[in-house]
Amino acid sequence: MKLHYEVPGDDFTRAGEASGDVKRKLKSLGFPPDVIRRITIAIYEGEINMVIHAGGGVADIEILPDRITAVLADQGPGIPDIEKAMQEGWSTAPDNIRSLGFGAGMGLPNIKKYSDILNIDTEVGRGTTLTITVLVNPEHREMHNHNH
Amino acid sequence: MTVSELVAELGLEVIVMGDKDREITGGYSCDLLSWVIGRANPGDAWITVIGNINTIAVSILADTSCIILAENSAIDPQATKRAETEGVTVLRSSKNAFQLSFEIGRLLKVV
Ligand SMILES: Nc1ncnc2c1ncn2[C@@H]1O[C@H](COP(=O)(O)OP(=O)(O)OP(=O)(O)O)[C@@H](O)[C@H]1O
Ligand SMILES: [Mg+2]
Repeated sequence: MKLHYEVPGDDFTRAGEASGDVKRKLKSLGFPPDVIRRITIAIYEGEINMVIHAGGGVADIEILPDRITAVLADQGPGIPDIEKAMQEGWSTAPDNIRSLGFGAGMGLPNIKKYSDILNIDTEVGRGTTLTITVLVNPEHREMHNHNH
Repeated sequence: MTVSELVAELGLEVIVMGDKDREITGGYSCDLLSWVIGRANPGDAWITVIGNINTIAVSILADTSCIILAENSAIDPQATKRAETEGVTVLRSSKNAFQLSFEIGRLLKVV
């Protein structure tokens, strides 16, 4: 099953729609709660990042029996130093965003923590694409792990 | 202790009642949403002063047993509406996060 969502650029009230919808679909398909939790957290963090840092983007989700893959693509500013961005606590979120509860610098670390395979393709001035995979049987993860 | 027992014990204001019989298995206090997503445990009573629509989304993702808004902090009408449709419990107290944490800890017999 393939799902497609547009993530609006400035609308916090709609951020979380993709992850919420994916959650309902996975539940009705009978995926294990832990798998649902991990992929929806990763999609939510990615969605919010596209809203805050990149002026929006698109989310494409593919649901297979053994894995769920989410591709979150934006044409925002890109991430100049990805190693820094992956560190817990690193954030460039502005003050007005922080007052909403964002800006802990924990979004990307959460995505890393909850996904089995994560690929980040980013280029300054071009945008960022996250490819996030959660495996239904994570014991197979070593076989699939091509993380950067 | 269930959510409705907590409400009675601490005299909390009920803004939205979801699953009133949900067991509270612990507590977590933090206002940084991604921090909560990464660190709170399912079943925790989550104490915060952030009351926007993302608070509701995070409560669902982290599977907390309830949200407790400390120090009578405000909640957006949109957030209340989302909590109603998603069945997320939102409570409120005039007490601050420290006092609430202490009292919930005592009720859960962890302090
Ligand atoms: N899609 C993106 N486009 C451009 N920059 C991004 C994107 N996603 C993340 N970043 C950069 O990486 C930093 C770290 O992201 P991360 O999600 O970990 O934290 P945050 O969004 O700042 O705060 P939090 O997620 O804890 O609310 C951001 O502050 C931003 O500078
Ligand atoms: Mg983030």
